[in-house]
Amino acid sequence: MVDQPAVLAEGLIKSYGEKRALDGFDLSVAPGSVHGLLGPNGAGKTTAVRILATLLRLDGGRAEVAGLDVARQPALVRAKIGLVGQSAAVDEVLSGRQNLEMFGRLYHLGPAVARRRADELLDYFGLADTGSKAVKSYSGGMRRRLDLAAGMILRPAVLFLDEPTTGLDPRGRNEVWEAMRALVAAGTTVLLTTQYLDEADQLADRISVIDTGKVIAEGPPSQLKSTIGGDRIEVVLRTPAHLETVVGIVAKVATGEVESIVDDRTVSAPVSDRVAALTEVVRALSDAGIEAEDISLRRPTLDEVFLQLTGHRAEKKEEVAA
Amino acid sequence: MTMVAPAPPSSPLGRLRWALADGWTVTRRDIIHWIRQPVALIVNLAFSVMLVLVFGYLFGGAMSVPGGGNYREFLLPGMLVLMMFFSLESTIMAITEDKSKGVTDRFRSMPMSPSAVVLGRATADMLMSVITLVALVACGLAVDWKINRGIGLALAAFGLMLLLRFALLWLGIYLGLMLPNPESVAAVQILVWPLGFLTSVYAPPETMPNWLGTIAEWNPLSSTVSAVRELFGNPGIGGDSWIAQHSILMAVLWPVLITVVFFPLAVRRYQRLSR
Ligand SMILES: Nc1ncnc2c1ncn2[C@@H]1O[C@H](COP(=O)(O)OP(=O)(O)O)[C@@H](O)[C@H]1O
Ligand SMILES: [Mg+2]
Repeated sequence: MVDQPAVLAEGLIKSYGEKRALDGFDLSVAPGSVHGLLGPNGAGKTTAVRILATLLRLDGGRAEVAGLDVARQPALVRAKIGLVGQSAAVDEVLSGRQNLEMFGRLYHLGPAVARRRADELLDYFGLADTGSKAVKSYSGGMRRRLDLAAGMILRPAVLFLDEPTTGLDPRGRNEVWEAMRALVAAGTTVLLTTQYLDEADQLADRISVIDTGKVIAEGPPSQLKSTIGGDRIEVVLRTPAHLETVVGIVAKVATGEVESIVDDRTVSAPVSDRVAALTEVVRALSDAGIEAEDISLRRPTLDEVFLQLTGHRAEKKEEVAA
Repeated sequence: MTMVAPAPPSSPLGRLRWALADGWTVTRRDIIHWIRQPVALIVNLAFSVMLVLVFGYLFGGAMSVPGGGNYREFLLPGMLVLMMFFSLESTIMAITEDKSKGVTDRFRSMPMSPSAVVLGRATADMLMSVITLVALVACGLAVDWKINRGIGLALAAFGLMLLLRFALLWLGIYLGLMLPNPESVAAVQILVWPLGFLTSVYAPPETMPNWLGTIAEWNPLSSTVSAVRELFGNPGIGGDSWIAQHSILMAVLWPVLITVVFFPLAVRRYQRLSR
């Protein structure tokens, strides 16, 4: 079947005791594509990935990976997937090469093939020079790349990446992004979870936005960005005095709800035509004789995406649980 | 090069072959640890040896063994058993670390034999215990400890100690799976140490206050200690209580009981990771 999705989830339900982590979660990922699962902490991303990677039993719904039912054929699914979890799941004492060899043997490649594959992957992920050093001495970015390599040993039909750049410094993040672009170019199907809008935007062909266990929006990044207004204009005032006037000015160019934060003297709103909006706001401000401390155009934060899509802010874990 | 994982075996024999092969790969990981960190290994062994020397020479003069006999000859069987008990901590640590770092999850997401993780852990820990015993025996022979009743009974004594270690594996795996993170292992250590000292290792229970002596006598470690003393022909076997009179029987029964209780608990806990 040509059109069979590489990952399919229909109405997944998963509870931890009283707490519903997934509540009718749907997903369909086309083979060879990169799908971003975007959501704040506690949205259910890890739970979804763990169910699809056969680590967690589901309470309801149906999930298939590479055409195999995860609940009924977990052993076969495991031979088709690679998992790179939220923390770098590698042995600290072993060298990078020894780690990959060990995992290769556990994939039953046999010692010789496992060794060859380890070298190949170290090369591919730019770790050939440090391959013999203990993982303990690796930087965060190197660890993550080794983790990616371990997930790629079998050339999996589907690779699951759970927040691969969370906790990395910008340099580490760039390293991991580059490694991921290479994977994507090689045609691996990837399900990537992230809390960062720009990460999903940069790497994914399609994005599902997840909130409290449900997908609340799905589509290519461009479409998603246009529904949530894409870029935002942000005006920072010198004093809060003219906040109301400025909200009015910004509302004229806004494509969505205008937000104002009194304490920060900040007014922001989504806009579609960047240059026109900026020109218009600058002109209106100077006509009104209002001095701004700063005017800028920027990407929306995940928080703002949430406000747009759900009408509420991304909640903290405790508040969700309450 | 295309990578194709062979399909999981469907026959029991095929599954056993995978379990053994994968279990060995997991054990090999620990062996590589020992080779890559020989200092850690040596420090560990040196610590046990040092305990024997400190207790043997520092306190040896002040202690008397009931029924007479050399204190160091009395002490060494106790120390051997105590080291089996203390290695419980390394089992707990290894399991907790793998779980909290996601290594266990990676294993579980792979098409390897599901029992290999535990099998590999068990083999590595038993191997380490054998290495510890060899080092301590060498140290013991140097401080005038003796095997008095022949090699056959001595081998039985080593068998009993490894049986205890085997039972403690399941307790360790169970506790390791229960603990949320490696930091919390310290809490278990606080319990492990008193349990290790409330035994007949350092002093005969007859010489302790009544209630304390009873606890020490019924401590499973004491049964193995007394049984091992008896099989080596070392001094300090005695006591009139039923438990002291049946130490060899109890040195078999206690570990079997611990295994019967904690093996299923550990397996269930492992399966519960997917809840
Ligand atoms: N083992 C667990 N026991 C109880 N609650 C859990 C457990 N794992 C996750 N949760 C809860 O389920 C929800 C979803 O968690 P998770 O899937 O980890 O979200 P994300 O990966 O998007 O941050 C959260 O509210 C979290 O607190
Ligand atoms: Mg998560």
